[in-house]
Formats: sequence, structure tokens, C-alpha cells
Amino acid sequence: MLRPDLLLQPTPKGLYCPPGDFYLDPVRGAVDRAVISHGHSDHARGGHGKVLAHPDTLAIMACRYGASFAKATQALDYGEPVSINGVTVWLSPAGHILGSAQVVLDYKGLRMVFTGDYKRRFDPTCASFEPVTNTHVLISEATFGLPVFRHPDTGREIERLLHSLATFPERTHCVGAYSLGKAQRVIRHLRLAGHDAPIYIHSSLEKLCAHYQSVGIDLGVLVTVPAGEQAKAAREACRGQVVVAPPGSFEGKWAQNFPDPVIAFASGWMSIKQRAKQRGVELPLVISDHADWDELTRTVQEVNPSQLWVTYGREDALVRWAELEGRRARPLRLVGYDEEVS
Amino acid sequence: MYGLMQAFADLLDRLVLTPSRNGKLRLMMAYFAAAPDPDRGYALGALTGDLDIPGVKPAMIRDLIADRMDAGLFAMSYDYVGDLAETVSLVWPGDRRANRPPPLSDIVETLSGASRAEAPGLVAGWLDDLDTTGRWALLKLMTGGLRIGVSARLAKLALAQFGEKDVTDIEEIWHGLASPYESLFAWLEDRAEKPAPDIAAPFRPVMLAHPLVPKADRGNPDALDPALIRPDTFAAEWKFDGIRVQASAERGTRRIYTRTGDDISRTFPDVVAAMDFEGTLDGELLVRTTDGAVAPFNALQQRLNRKTVSKRQMETHPAFIRTYDILQDGGTDLRARPFRARRQSLEAFVAGLSPARFDLSPLVPVTDIAALDAARLAPPSPEIEGLMLKRWDSAYVAGRPKGLWYKWKRDPYLVDAVLMYAQRGHGKRSSFYSDFTFGVWRAAGGEDELTPVGKAYFGFTDAELKQLDAFVRANTIERFGPVRSVTANKETGIVLEVAFEGLQRSPRHKSGIAMRFPRINRIRWDKPTAEADRLETLVALLPD
Repeated sequence: MLRPDLLLQPTPKGLYCPPGDFYLDPVRGAVDRAVISHGHSDHARGGHGKVLAHPDTLAIMACRYGASFAKATQALDYGEPVSINGVTVWLSPAGHILGSAQVVLDYKGLRMVFTGDYKRRFDPTCASFEPVTNTHVLISEATFGLPVFRHPDTGREIERLLHSLATFPERTHCVGAYSLGKAQRVIRHLRLAGHDAPIYIHSSLEKLCAHYQSVGIDLGVLVTVPAGEQAKAAREACRGQVVVAPPGSFEGKWAQNFPDPVIAFASGWMSIKQRAKQRGVELPLVISDHADWDELTRTVQEVNPSQLWVTYGREDALVRWAELEGRRARPLRLVGYDEEVS
Repeated sequence: MYGLMQAFADLLDRLVLTPSRNGKLRLMMAYFAAAPDPDRGYALGALTGDLDIPGVKPAMIRDLIADRMDAGLFAMSYDYVGDLAETVSLVWPGDRRANRPPPLSDIVETLSGASRAEAPGLVAGWLDDLDTTGRWALLKLMTGGLRIGVSARLAKLALAQFGEKDVTDIEEIWHGLASPYESLFAWLEDRAEKPAPDIAAPFRPVMLAHPLVPKADRGNPDALDPALIRPDTFAAEWKFDGIRVQASAERGTRRIYTRTGDDISRTFPDVVAAMDFEGTLDGELLVRTTDGAVAPFNALQQRLNRKTVSKRQMETHPAFIRTYDILQDGGTDLRARPFRARRQSLEAFVAGLSPARFDLSPLVPVTDIAALDAARLAPPSPEIEGLMLKRWDSAYVAGRPKGLWYKWKRDPYLVDAVLMYAQRGHGKRSSFYSDFTFGVWRAAGGEDELTPVGKAYFGFTDAELKQLDAFVRANTIERFGPVRSVTANKETGIVLEVAFEGLQRSPRHKSGIAMRFPRINRIRWDKPTAEADRLETLVALLPD
């Protein structure tokens, strides 16, 4: 069988497949041909030549970067194989955000699976992760690759938010959530928990929320918080309501200008109290779009690859765990990945 | 299901991260309203520090986790989180969670009856049963010291607001009650009469003074007409810089309380030993120097916040009470009598006590306000903060009644310092940079550098806060989380006139000094940073 590092190798531009002549999620400069796992900006950049991705990912990229984000695009549904210079490529759902996929490469009897970002728990805004069997090399993300990251049940975190809303009915609950995926997921979970009041959103979330609604994900009534002159009266209307905004808007005065705000933040990092404290978060909501430690280790056991490559995040602990399990494992240090972004 | 222990754990979790006092009160009130007896009573005991359960040592917790996970993975985890209880709560294997985790009351009651050998097994079982936040709360509770930014006083205030009662009523009976406080909650919910525990030497709520405001300040209802300060209306005493206490001895029980009713008897056995009387005295707890004079406040600080006190500390820092008032003499409650009568009783009472441990706060002669002003500005000792003015006809009234007692502090020390760092405030001020760290010049390697000497977050007006905030935003050099460092050198920067009450040596601070009650007196827009004060100026103010 082919040596795995001849099929995929880390390069400064990203993971490169020499026989297929394409990159997986290249983030350092434009490339001629890219396969993209999902629409987050630390994986999907504009300006490449040909881009192959799930149709939802292509739509998200068009939404963020404009229709001409690549010279040519090719949409690929889950489970639909395509050949690129003799390398068979297909996608399997990753459960991370709408359109997110694991990328499977089959070549000369060797199967390599690149998870991209993934999670295993229920997410009402995207397809659930499907493990790929008969995998020789699993390239796993490790954003939360430390045993301290054990994300609680999402429903309980949503309950905590609603409980706070009941305890402080005159305070604005400002929830920081990444604009792609997390924001829509938090809103959808609130709806599932029976919260049917209008939810106020930062204007930068407008386009992506509209896109989610257009593909049939019901986010209920959303009201954009206006800027400028009307802002003050509109902010007063947010007392006792939920406002969802990207984390960046919490660094300035945007969130602080609401009446008596409770600053909440939906992120896997929020399980560490010091992290919450440093960011001035009063109500940390441990809601993550990444696999936690238990999900990472369970997935490796389930896929049972002959080799594990670990990337994106805390490689060392997951590699140590794999070695204790008697597995072959190596860290794959890819550059350009920003741990705080997703 | 959402268990009772989870409700308690969520309360602690939110209290840790809620900066505003009002927010904390609301969280506690909501918890008291929702949680049943006896759980809420044990939670109350945990919040006030009155819950007496056998503690466990961190070593035991380390042993428990070592049996359950790889040492290398634990080391990486602990390294990342930095707090043992939190790390263990996060990494504990979660696959054996109970459907119905035990309520707090079960845990407390079981632990109280358990032997030392049984504890590890019990703790491990509970850690299995609970979720992450529950495990964290349990470990915090058992390793002692919740450190969640809630004082016993704040918890009692939350109780008072929850039951719409007066907090002094709660403080008065507090020491006769114990976890799980069912009779207290019954009264707060108007289901029963106020508990009347038969306790010896209970805390009697303290009388406090208003700051003296001249009549010219017409907007202030507490303003005092200087013409009223006459020998026949007001008595004057020095305001000593110690801690206000109440010493109470009844039927063999001897207690020293702080002014909020915290029992600190154990910290001052030297004073307690001399309380061979029946009665209740109000006074200032102070420490003597070896030659018998009143020592500076930081000498007293050496004795505070200790559970046990060494013999040596009692010899080098002997404590005593300088008495101000008498509330109870034997079986007689004197509180309704006028200050003039109480003062006579006090003088007679203290005459019979050990002079090394109890003496009398001397009266300062009152002639007119000008003479008092002069005395206030030049007190006979630097350990005096100013004057107390008390109406001769004032009864001893709990709380801060209007028009009876006034405190008139001497002027603060002033220093011109340079703004170095700013941090975003809390609550109403959270949209402003309102916590300011300032420094003074000192020589370092042939050049001058700024060394931080204190932090202030009040003293300025709203308008000044806006100006400071704008300066910080426009002159940021670096950001460290919520903190920004601002331009501060010999050419540019901003000079703050800082007022403070005193200085102490502090090895914990880089500059070697710590300020008492620093606040921003004014912004010296006019003063070049190069002309700000030097560290030597401050060092010269230090007590020897």
C-alpha cells in the first residue's frame, strides 16, 4: 500500500495531495485547486482557482465573499464520489456547521479521512457526523483535545440562559456567538426550548441568518438591532430579551450599551472559569461546535484507523492518549489556524 | 433532571462571575425563593462560612484522580486550568453519572457523620454522581473557602431582601441559629414568629455615624449646622484607625464581633481572656507597639484573618480595646439611655477592667467648630483618622440614624501620580475604563521609570470619567484582556492627584508600599508627567 505521506502532506499552504494536485482547506494564499471542508474563515478563503465543496458550503462562501469567490466551483453532495487526477474524493457529514464535511480520499487501496472540524452531539442546524469505516489514516482536529474539555448537554446550557432571563427579566441578555453556525444553532436551540419571543441580532448576522432560514432552518422572528440614531430606543426594547452578536462586537461598547446587560458567551472555551472571567463574561454557556475530549477519543476508537494524525489545537494530549491506547499517532503541525476563531 | 445540588452549584458558578453587588443579591434571593428546606439552609451556611463540615485535603483529591487517569494527561490538564478543584471537576470520568444526584443536604448530613477513613469513598461516589459544575461546587465546599466574592454580610442582606425584613434583625439573632436555618426561613416567609434563640452574648447591631457635611451643602439632608457644635450638644472623641468591635460577655460566654456581626473571638484570645465582666462594650480594636503606644493599622493587620494566633504574635502584637460606649451592663440594657448617661456608666465599668486590655476613649474638649477643626487637622497621633461627634442626648440606635453621630476625618494625603493602566469597570460603569492603576517615578539603572503604587476606581465625577475613558482609548499601547496600558513617559501621559489615608510597607507590591483607600482627587491636566511625585516622597511617609 502507498505510504500515507505520499497521498497527503503538510505544506506551508496547507495539507497537499500530490497525486491529485489539490489542497485541503488552504489558508495561506490562493491555490489552483482546493477542497474545502466547511465555510469558517480559517478553513475557507476566497480567491482560489477551482473549489470543490458541499453545496451548502459553496453557498455560505458566496454569502460571505460574494458570488465570484473562486474562478470555478464544483458542488459535491455527501457520499458522492468524484475523481481528481485519479484520486477518489467524497464527503461525509462532519456535524460541525451547515455544509460541514469530512473529506475522504481513496487512492490505490489507501483511505485517508480528514475530519475538518467536527462534533458528535445533536445540532438542529446541520447533518450529523457519520464515521467513515475502513479508514487507514484518520486526520483528526483537536481544538478541545485536553481531558478538561467535556462539554455539557446543550439543552442544559440553553436552560441556564432561560433561567437567567427569568431571574433578571429587566436585563438584556447579550449572547456572544460566532456569526456562522454557532449563532444560528443557539437561536434554533432556543426555539426548540420554547422561547418564541423575537430574538435581536447584530447587523453582521443578518445575511447568514437569512441564508439559514432560506434553506429551511426555522430561526423564528429575528430583529436586527439598528445602528445610529434609532439605536437608543431600539436598545431599550431589548430589556429582558436575547440579543445574539459576534464576539468581536463585545470588545468595544456595542454590547455594553444595552440596558443593564448580562454578557453571555456561547463557546467551548467557557468551561474554564478563568477564560470566562478574563473576557468579562457573566454567563458562560458551554456550547461548542467542536468535538470535546470524550467525542474525540470515542471517534478514534470507533473509526479505529491504523494511524492517527492530529492537527488544529492541542495535539500533544490526544497523541499521548492514543499512544497509551497502543495506537500509532503523530502531531501534524499545520500553520495558520487560529484557535480562538471557532 | 435538574437536581438540588445543581441548583446550588449553578448559584456559586454565577456568583463567581457576577461583578455587581445587586446582581449577586438577586441571584441569592432567587435561589432562596426556589430551593426547599433544608437545602437552602445548608447553602446559606456555606455562603456565610458557618457551615461546619469536615474538610478534605487537596492530597486526597489528587489521590482520587490519580487512580482514575494517566498522570501525564492530568498534568497537562492541571497546567492548562491552574486550579485543582476546577481541573478535577472537569477531568473526572463522567460515565457513571446518577440520574438523581444527591441534594446538598444529603451530602452535608452524610459527611458530618462520616469518619476520616470513610471520606474518600463518599467523595468519590458523589463526584461520580454529579455533573461538572456540581463536582466543582462540592470540591470547593470541601477544600474550604468558596472564594466567590460574597461576604457573610451580603448573604444576610439577600436574606433580608428576600424576606422583606431588616438586616439588623437577622444579625441580632444570627449567632443563635445554625444550618439549616429552618426557623429563620419560616420567619422570613411569614410562616412563623421571629426566632428568639436563647443565646448568651448575642451580637447587638451597631450604631454608625454619617460623614460631617457643612450646612453650606444645602442639597445634602445630613448636613450639620456648625452652630450646633457646642459643649452642651455634642461630645467629641478621636476616631482611631483600628477595627470597630463589640465585646460581649454573658453567663460565661465571651465574644468579640465585628461591626457586621462576624465573630472574631478566636483571633483575639488575649483580649477574650480579659473579658471577666458581664456586659457589652463598643470600641476600637487596636494593637500596641512594644513600648505601649498605639501601633499603626498594618500591625493590627498582622493579627486579622487568622484562625489561630501564635503566642509570639500575641507578645509582639498585643491587642486591646479602646472603648467608646456601653450597651449592656450586667442585666441592664442601656441602649435607650442618652449618650451622657452611657458615658458615665462606661467610665465606671471600664475602671474595673484590666487596663492592658481595656481603656477609655478620651473625650476631646468641645469649644467651637474652629477649635475642633484645628484638632481634626492636627491629631496627637498619626493613628487617628479624625474626630467623632456624638450628640449628648443620643440613644444607641442600630444602623446609621440621621442627626445623631458624625465622623469628621482629617484631610487625606495627596500624591501626584501618572496613569499607567486602566481596566474596564463593572456594573453601571462597565462600558468605561474606570479602574486606574497609577505610578510614581523612581530611579532604575541610571534612568527614571514609573513604578505602580496603587489603583483607584472612584473619586472622579461622571464627566471626568468620560474624559479619562477617552484618554485611555486614544492612548492605548497594549491590551491584556480587560486591561489596557496607556502612554506614560516623561513627555506624554496624564497626571492624577491621588488622595489616600495612609501607607504601609508591602512586600507583595513591586514598589514595596501599599496605599489605604486611594481615590482620584482631581485630574492634573496642567501638570507635566515629568513633574509627578517620586517614590522617595512616598517612602518618607511610611511609619518606621
